[in-house]
Amino acid sequence: MAYDQLVTSEKGEKLFLLGNEAAVRGAIEAGVSVAATYPGTPSSEIGNILSVVAKSAEMYFEFSANEKVAMEVAATAAASGLRSFTFMKHVGLNVAADSFMTTAYSGVKGGMIVLVADDPSLFSSQNEQDTRNYSRLSSIPILEPSNPQEIKDMMVYGFDLSEHFGIPVILRTSTRVSHMRGIVEMGDINKTKSTTKESEKDGHWLKGYFVKNPKEFVPVPANALTMHERLVEKIEKIEEESNGAEINEVISFEKGILQGKYGVISSGGAFNYAYDIVSQENLGMDILKIGLSYPCPKDLIYDFCKNLEGVFIVEEVDPVLERDVLAILGEHNLDCPVYGKFDGTFPMVHEFNPDIVKESFNKVLCDIDDDEKFTEEIRNEYGEDALHDLEDGLIEIIPKMEFSDGLNDLIENVPTRAPTLCAGCSHRSAYFAAVQAYEELGYAKEDMIFASDIGCYTLGISPPYETADYLLAMGSSVGDGCGFSIATNQHVMSFIGDSTFFHSGLSPLVNAVHNKNKFVLTILDNRITAMTGGQPNPGIAVDGMGDPAPAISIEDIVEAIGVKFMKIVNPHNIKKTVDIYKEALEYDGVAVVIARYPCTLIKGQKKKAPMVIKDNCVKCLHCIEKLACPAISYLDGKVIVDEALCKSCTVCIQVCPNKAIGVKKGD
Amino acid sequence: MANDKDVNYNIYISGVGGQGIIKTSVIIGEAAMLEGYDVVMSEIHGMSQRGGSVSTELKIGNFKSSIVEESKADLILAFEPIEVLRGLDKANKDTTIIFNTFPIVPSTLTQTGETYPEIEDIIKNLKDNFESVYPLEANGLAKDAGSILSLNMVLLGACVANDDFPLSKETVETAMKHNLAPKFHEMNLKAIENGYNAVKDSM
Repeated sequence: MAYDQLVTSEKGEKLFLLGNEAAVRGAIEAGVSVAATYPGTPSSEIGNILSVVAKSAEMYFEFSANEKVAMEVAATAAASGLRSFTFMKHVGLNVAADSFMTTAYSGVKGGMIVLVADDPSLFSSQNEQDTRNYSRLSSIPILEPSNPQEIKDMMVYGFDLSEHFGIPVILRTSTRVSHMRGIVEMGDINKTKSTTKESEKDGHWLKGYFVKNPKEFVPVPANALTMHERLVEKIEKIEEESNGAEINEVISFEKGILQGKYGVISSGGAFNYAYDIVSQENLGMDILKIGLSYPCPKDLIYDFCKNLEGVFIVEEVDPVLERDVLAILGEHNLDCPVYGKFDGTFPMVHEFNPDIVKESFNKVLCDIDDDEKFTEEIRNEYGEDALHDLEDGLIEIIPKMEFSDGLNDLIENVPTRAPTLCAGCSHRSAYFAAVQAYEELGYAKEDMIFASDIGCYTLGISPPYETADYLLAMGSSVGDGCGFSIATNQHVMSFIGDSTFFHSGLSPLVNAVHNKNKFVLTILDNRITAMTGGQPNPGIAVDGMGDPAPAISIEDIVEAIGVKFMKIVNPHNIKKTVDIYKEALEYDGVAVVIARYPCTLIKGQKKKAPMVIKDNCVKCLHCIEKLACPAISYLDGKVIVDEALCKSCTVCIQVCPNKAIGVKKGD
Repeated sequence: MANDKDVNYNIYISGVGGQGIIKTSVIIGEAAMLEGYDVVMSEIHGMSQRGGSVSTELKIGNFKSSIVEESKADLILAFEPIEVLRGLDKANKDTTIIFNTFPIVPSTLTQTGETYPEIEDIIKNLKDNFESVYPLEANGLAKDAGSILSLNMVLLGACVANDDFPLSKETVETAMKHNLAPKFHEMNLKAIENGYNAVKDSM
């Protein structure tokens, strides 16, 4: 599928879309005028696609410096009457939270959606926080789609909801929903509209008009008191909507042995597993699928539970729905056991899958044959055989196939294939040089503290570099450097990428200089936001829509902040980099090293002649053990270079103690 | 969305980042859509693309979840021999296993002290346990089609040759054309043919 199909496809057409692609189509159908993000997996593809289609979709799009700025861009666009869209990974909302919390108070004129992609099981994140808690914290409604079609549809519904009630709306996905593909039927594309005052269109997107009203938009205490009251009123009204909303629906099955006895309440990605198990195993339990989960549809939940003998709550990650359900049942004094996370039926952490949901159901259902009235009903309806099945739990678990010893042996010893820094990656060179520098200075490894940050370079955690000892969040390496430098007498080296530096490295660097801290900060400037798939950042002379833009100079910033020791180096020059690091480590103050070399994944780079191992290789394996480039391996007693992987960075030539690596000649 | 044929077919695809696994899976998914089936697919992006193992899961038929349950895969397609071994939790004795015999040895073996198994050993042990095992020299078949870049279409052709595979070769070819650049269509059609014939010949 070409991305322009997301703009050109007409109502009724079907495309096989990734969840993130469906989100883009949803934004287009809803007539979004302004979109802003900071890239973060699992939501990154939305930005990648918007950077291509924004103009044809009559949308302004930017990669903001961080999520908080993206939130502010979206909030002001919505305050100006435009429909606006911001999206981020779950931890991105922490960055944006300060402004986000107040958007609930000030509200919006045009619709505003904050898409937040959670990452249960941490495929590429530092925690598995559940964004649904933020909706309760901020009093902002939240939608929970389960598949790409629902992402698209709920984008459209969410904008209407947001605009109708004048409040931003969260659309919460998870890795399995954002990165699920499914068939999506296109809807109508709404013409972009401004809900305040029509303005001339002078760019490729519609402009809004901000109508002043400090009582509404300036939360000084006197105003904010009223704003909070208004927010509570809005939420009460939206709760009525939630009780009647079509996206909160009961799914019933024609028959099944638990019909009418037990029920399931579920939302988001977890619903898919619950549905498949109930339907495949012919359990017949009704499922209340919650699409708009805050404000909680209290009446709907009460009606669903009131005649049940027990209800399962299937949700990822925290027991958020479960807490709501328990409160509702408590309020009504309803005796309906709740099987969720608090009682241990379902795991409290990580993402689910069909097998986990099946086993969790069985924990409760294994006791069901003690219920004589129930077994009698089963006997009458399904015959004696059905009762035998109940002995090991209601759902039959097919034992795993037993493999031969030989195959089991192979499976047990299958080599790990962990992600690594790419061949030719300049981060590897910087790490190699940093390690060599502290070794040459005679510093003990235990006395070194490496404060790492969020990006590909976190992979420095692995041997042989082991240059990640502490990590909290985006930009934390700099603040952590401040802290370690005053809390210990150890040698502190912080590493941060260019994009992450722009995102949240500036303020802590100001802090470091002002507080006379002593540590070495390396800004790994590979000229791109690499980890999330190669987006531009403020250091690059191009903006989110591909137009030329002023590139912000990292060295100018560092200098302006008042850093007295600053060196710029190509880290692939190992000797020079080692020398700079030795000087930096001995410097009494904040030393900044800008290690600058473009990411090997940036397209259009010339392929040069690969490296080759010469005959004088004595197999000391220094290159393999100290450099660990994926293009060099030791196989069948020989060191070899994978020519297809080699990026000709020449670092291996420089590190070989026997001068046994050279550039391949000829061809 | 319903198709007259009642099909429930689960596919697990694995390999190494950069081998074209996601593209192959999208083509299968689109082909399923074109034949009127419902289909869902799971893919993992991000950290796993830095030379790590990559896998996708496709469920054709009446499913909402895109994750294949344990022992429920009808087909395991691996782009690399040891990546088959990582997916065997999903296998049962009737699972068809198709895999590329060309190894991509992890660069970290020396650090971890692990050894890469003999390919012959993998083939023998898989055949001892499963009825339908098709090891393919897919790299060679891809080069024969015009370029190693057509490796994924060789393996796709191999899937289609398997009798239980619910989608026709024609539909798969149509979906391929939707997803790959026109100047490579001829090469990729030959690649599909090469993979298809390799499995048919070994049946």
